[in-house]
Amino acid sequence: METLRTLWETFFDLESMREALPEMLTVGLRNTLLLALVSAVLGTALGMLLAVAGLARTRWLRWPARIYTDVLRGLPAAVTILLIGVGLAPLGLAWWGPNPYPLGILALSLIAAAYIGEIFRSGIQSVEATQLEATRALGLSHAAAMRLVIIPQGIRRVLPAWVNQLIALIKDSSLVYFLGLVASQRELFRIGQDYAANTGNESALLLAGLFYLAITVPLTHLVNWVDRRLRDGGPASEPEDDPAEEADEVSSASDEPPPAALGRAPRPTPDKTLPASNEAPPASTDALPAPDEALSATTTGGATDAGH
Amino acid sequence: MPDTNRPGGSTAPPAAPRYASVSVATRDVHLSFGRHQVLRGVDLDVGRGETACVIGPSGSGKSTLLRTINRLVEVDRGDILLDGQSVRDRDPDRLRQDVGMVFQQFNLFPHLSVLRNVTLALRHLKRLSRDEAEEVALRHLDLVGLRHKADVRPGRLSGGQQQRVAIARALAMSPRVMLFDEATSALDPELVKGVLGLMADLASQGMTMVVVTHEMGFARQVADRVVFLDRGRVVEAGPPDQIFEAPRSPRLQRFLAQVG
Repeated sequence: METLRTLWETFFDLESMREALPEMLTVGLRNTLLLALVSAVLGTALGMLLAVAGLARTRWLRWPARIYTDVLRGLPAAVTILLIGVGLAPLGLAWWGPNPYPLGILALSLIAAAYIGEIFRSGIQSVEATQLEATRALGLSHAAAMRLVIIPQGIRRVLPAWVNQLIALIKDSSLVYFLGLVASQRELFRIGQDYAANTGNESALLLAGLFYLAITVPLTHLVNWVDRRLRDGGPASEPEDDPAEEADEVSSASDEPPPAALGRAPRPTPDKTLPASNEAPPASTDALPAPDEALSATTTGGATDAGH
Repeated sequence: MPDTNRPGGSTAPPAAPRYASVSVATRDVHLSFGRHQVLRGVDLDVGRGETACVIGPSGSGKSTLLRTINRLVEVDRGDILLDGQSVRDRDPDRLRQDVGMVFQQFNLFPHLSVLRNVTLALRHLKRLSRDEAEEVALRHLDLVGLRHKADVRPGRLSGGQQQRVAIARALAMSPRVMLFDEATSALDPELVKGVLGLMADLASQGMTMVVVTHEMGFARQVADRVVFLDRGRVVEAGPPDQIFEAPRSPRLQRFLAQVG
């Protein structure tokens, strides 16, 4: 019984939490968000460059991107942060004084970029080659096709993975405490840990954990929501309109009286459409194959011919 | 290039738009993928405003032949002429603005609305302002009966509607020839009719068209010329009556019996 009470107070000592709360809100949260946001922006921008370089046709872009990614993903975050934050500290001191944040942000960005670059690259690669072909067939250059059609689609497909990486970044931001922070620079973890050391229980650290969860869990759900919104316009499960209405659309476009229009809302008479159906009756009815033929044409005809 | 496919006015009878079409000819076109010879000396002639239907068994090189015309694939030997001018002398991106293409799988851009699908190339290649591009796009969506779907994503449309948007997207660039690569093969049977009707309209309005198709009824009724391609060669070519009523080569006879 006594052990249980001790255990409870180790984690849920409300008094310790109340003590740590103001500083966590005003200093810790602000610093964690600052570190994470700036690193997220820089890491995403650099990740995009890495993805494009990794897909480049010349190996002089591909190989450096590959090597960078392998190295930065292969190192523990703590090692990279210390190497950059401590190793480059003399430079930092000369440029902006004894603030560990710029180098910490740099290190976090470089790490995030390696992962985000891989995420973007796989997303861009997952876009069907036919999309590029269709864009090129319109006359757009390769670069324009990538920029306007391929990359936007690829990025959308991997948004959830990208947000996962931002969540990892938020958590990794706690590692900048290695670089030595003065009181006003402490982020959530460091403040929690300081209070935990003073009070002799872990409640303040638990509170820091709750702060992290309050950021990361909504982020996960937000991205799922955005993902669903984007998929909304994705592959059709059910066409909205029945074929009868389609025939209606086409015939009204060809300036014929729409036969199926009875009982529907009146459609404005198209005055800017093409004539011609009257003079040259479309091949339509006779051109319709038996359903099984059309199906076999789809299954056999498509695959081999397109496969070249 | 003048905008020649301006829709007719509201006064009856509206004049059919005349497309500034070009003739298409392929001369002894050879193409191999690795050791596989896909095209083995293909000659094809399509006059201005004519429709040629290319038929043949799967793997005969039909789709590849189509892609040599707008240089999505490059020929190994031979040449392609638009109005007598070799496509090899032209910048591929400029060439493709003159050559509209419609694909079996529609290939609309799923992340853009129907309207943006059509305006994309207008804005970035023809350098139209947003308003101008939208006006042109809406006119062409009207043409295919889908103006009311302008703000919808393609994924919300049926296959037939998607293919009609794809046709509008190609037409909006004022092409001088249209290529159709099995445009109805991926459609449910009941949606085929609308797309074929649209293609027939286009043919009757003087667009030069090269149509790879399995729709023999369409070839019979709309084509000025039918070309039977097998194993990378033109086995037989001629007006539809001759091809369908009096096929000479055993291979064409066999093919027609199979699809008939």
